[in-house]
Amino acid sequence: MSYGRGLRVLSFVTIATITLALALVFFYAPLDVNQGFIQKIFYIHVPLAITALCGFVFGGLLAIGHLRTGDRKWDLRSYVAIHMALIFGVAGLITGSIWAKASWGHWWVWSDPTLVSFLIVMLLFATYQPLRFSIEDPERQARYASVFAIVAGAFVPLNFIAVRMAQGFVHPRVLTLTGGHLPGSMGLTFAISLIGIALLYTTLWKYEIAAKQARMQLRRLRRAALGEDALRPLGRSAAPS
Amino acid sequence: MRPVLAVLRKDLRLELRTFETLPAMVLFSVSTFVIFHFALARSTISGQLAAGVLTVTLLFAALLGSGRLFVAEREQGGFDAFLLAPVDRTSLLLAKAAAMFLFLAVLEVVAVPAFALLLLGPSLGPRLPGLIAVLALADLALAVIGTLVSAIAIHTRARDMISPIIGLPLLLPALIATARAAAVVLAPHAAGTPPGRWLLILALYDVVFALLSYAVFDFLLED
Amino acid sequence: MTSVLAAAPALPLHTAGPYVAAAYIVFVALILIYVAIMARKLTRTQRELRELRRNLEVKEDPEPSVHETSQRSERAQERIA
Repeated sequence: MSYGRGLRVLSFVTIATITLALALVFFYAPLDVNQGFIQKIFYIHVPLAITALCGFVFGGLLAIGHLRTGDRKWDLRSYVAIHMALIFGVAGLITGSIWAKASWGHWWVWSDPTLVSFLIVMLLFATYQPLRFSIEDPERQARYASVFAIVAGAFVPLNFIAVRMAQGFVHPRVLTLTGGHLPGSMGLTFAISLIGIALLYTTLWKYEIAAKQARMQLRRLRRAALGEDALRPLGRSAAPS
Repeated sequence: MRPVLAVLRKDLRLELRTFETLPAMVLFSVSTFVIFHFALARSTISGQLAAGVLTVTLLFAALLGSGRLFVAEREQGGFDAFLLAPVDRTSLLLAKAAAMFLFLAVLEVVAVPAFALLLLGPSLGPRLPGLIAVLALADLALAVIGTLVSAIAIHTRARDMISPIIGLPLLLPALIATARAAAVVLAPHAAGTPPGRWLLILALYDVVFALLSYAVFDFLLED
Repeated sequence: MTSVLAAAPALPLHTAGPYVAAAYIVFVALILIYVAIMARKLTRTQRELRELRRNLEVKEDPEPSVHETSQRSERAQERIA
């Protein structure tokens, strides 16, 4: 089994894209008229958040694959996708909070529906690992986790619609620059940043899967070569094994 | 349809004989109203505040009730019996969700007048039709999600912890819609009709999650 | 839309700088933490691979004392059978 096929090429492309994005952010994109230098955070915060959300939905799609085929490989892919998306999401929340503090003087604002929806989604997916950890039987753990991933993945778009409608009439969206108002140079910078972060997510996803598969294979080899006693018992874990 | 009715009848009969769930939910709701009176230091509330208090209380009562939904099946082998029977597995979902909906309806028959008595400023009478419309859709959401989450949580170790933490974020859009719609109904001076927008969101939410639960429930029952 | 954004004042560079730096540093720090965790996992995997290889080599080409023990146990098994 070859682990991480194409990973080297992917890593180089990722690094190149992110370097290009950083260069564009600081040397090419114009200074925003209203927010000034603070607006630069937009180029790291929004791609992180978008990638995290897409990662959650991606995890749900992979979970469908698991339930349809019964092959635990899909569960591994779904688990890693959600795990990575959670990390990217935390980064998105922190950078969003920094942006809010810089723009409005508060670390958290309820007036931005995107931030609020995002918090709700993160609260939901934060329960993914405790759920997995509390089910001991690995096959059942994988199955229930997949059910959760599908329901939670479907929840993501619904949640955004609901929160936007709840806040839309009272507070206009203030922390985002919607597509229609982005001048060309900013748009290009944003696009490259988004692609860079998405590539980073994909690279780390593949990498994590390759590492886990290698360890599982190693365990199997040890069991085959040295017998059951050579193995250190795994104990309860949230990760698929 | 018949297995659904059979399981539903069983659950209702069980509840009538043992009175495990409903009285607890009712007592919990009334106590919560009293707590809110002291926590908010108000004698009467109306509008958005009243809608919020009512929604939150019903939410927690529902979570309390949903925790008990599958306990009998789990402890007395009901799951195995159901798997062996030649019935469509999703009928268990339908039956349990229907039972949950009925429990919530009975709960509201007691809790809403209690709320009107204890906390609500404006009179309940003219507001009742609008409130019933909002609560009916909300109960559907609570029933569907409550059943789904309870089915997921029943096989975990920390059963009573897992179901609220999963259920609360999932229910948030429905709760937003419920509270906003009820706020218009419970407005202090004129009994408003619940705005169509929120009712539409609630209905959409109910349909989407009912279909989703129907699709995934089979996988929760496999051995 | 822009009029709403005008309500958020543009901070001068020396106050804005730290915020932007903080945001990007959070991003870089998370990546570095992840790389460090993966590096540790990788060294552990490599160590286990080396141990496994050593164990397998011992089994294939056993040292004399081990060979004697296995011969003795073989004779013992023959006597039992």
